[in-house]
Amino acid sequence: MSMGLLRLLRGNKASAPVARERLQILLAHERGLRGQPDLLGVLREEILAVVSRHVTLDPTKVIVRLDRGDEVSTLEVDIEVPNDFERRRAAVG
Amino acid sequence: MAKVLVVTSGKGGVGKTTTTAALGAALAQRGEKVVVVDFDVGLRNLDLVMGAERRVVFDLINVVQGVAKLPQALIKDKRLENLWLLPASQTRDKDALTEEGVGKVIEDLRSRFDWVICDSPAGIERGASMAMRFADEAVIVTNPEVSSVRDSDRIIGMLDSKTVRAEKGERVEKHILITRYDPSRAARGEMLTIEDILEILATPLLGIIPESQDVLRASNVGTPVTLSNAEGAPARAYIDAARRLCGDTVPMQVPTERKGFMDRLLRRRAA
Repeated sequence: MSMGLLRLLRGNKASAPVARERLQILLAHERGLRGQPDLLGVLREEILAVVSRHVTLDPTKVIVRLDRGDEVSTLEVDIEVPNDFERRRAAVG
Repeated sequence: MAKVLVVTSGKGGVGKTTTTAALGAALAQRGEKVVVVDFDVGLRNLDLVMGAERRVVFDLINVVQGVAKLPQALIKDKRLENLWLLPASQTRDKDALTEEGVGKVIEDLRSRFDWVICDSPAGIERGASMAMRFADEAVIVTNPEVSSVRDSDRIIGMLDSKTVRAEKGERVEKHILITRYDPSRAARGEMLTIEDILEILATPLLGIIPESQDVLRASNVGTPVTLSNAEGAPARAYIDAARRLCGDTVPMQVPTERKGFMDRLLRRRAA
């Protein structure tokens, strides 16, 4: 009680409970991923394989990014293709 | 029966080397025959904290590669009869640590000592995984701070999956050692409490080392903190932790510094 009052007077809230909660959420997530194959790496390889069947690609220009939100997460796939890829494809047959 | 103990953390700067030196000295003072082994190849520091930096001739890598015999590389402590140091190499890189070579050195050390204490480098790379590879027990050094607790959790996961014991279906006995703890800040809600950390990591507690100037003073002069000021709060906490490692039941407490006049005056006014 007196601690709470002191804190109120100083105007700063205890930050340790925030630390505790953030850690619990983060670690529950990270423990779930442990031991599983790297999802983004697998996605990147498979997307690269599919697209490469049709277009000649530079493997370093395939970027897969995951952004975790509170409600939903977004998976962003960014593939850079050369401008003349359709002509090249025709040439390959 | 010799025990191999790894002192690890994931995060750097939390007190692994200080802890290795302090626990090694505390165990040796109890009459146990102890070797402390520095696995931080390329960035060795255990020799400095132990005050043996000018006595290093051969190192762990030399022994792993067969350039030197183990007795040639072991450095005997000048203060304690039962304490020895096996330093890391300052010039080679971590790839020189082969699993087979490290395994042989650890086996050899097991036959000569009661305790083989491996001081792990920070990180989760080769040096850290080699330091824990053959461990029977682990001390996970954790600061009451989010990044340290997260890294400790990661290291616990590695101890449960990447060690020889884990691969044989056995367990590495794990202990949390909380360092740099400030009870008054924890009471004010500014620092994770002991209970928070233990609940999150779900691992038993070996000891609580309070934040103290003794630790820096000990490393300045190259003496394990248990020897440099045996009456100080961190020394008493490390000595208790060493007793628990030996199986003694010691009540858990945060040893505090003996308060000066001003502290007592301020405390009385605050109460």
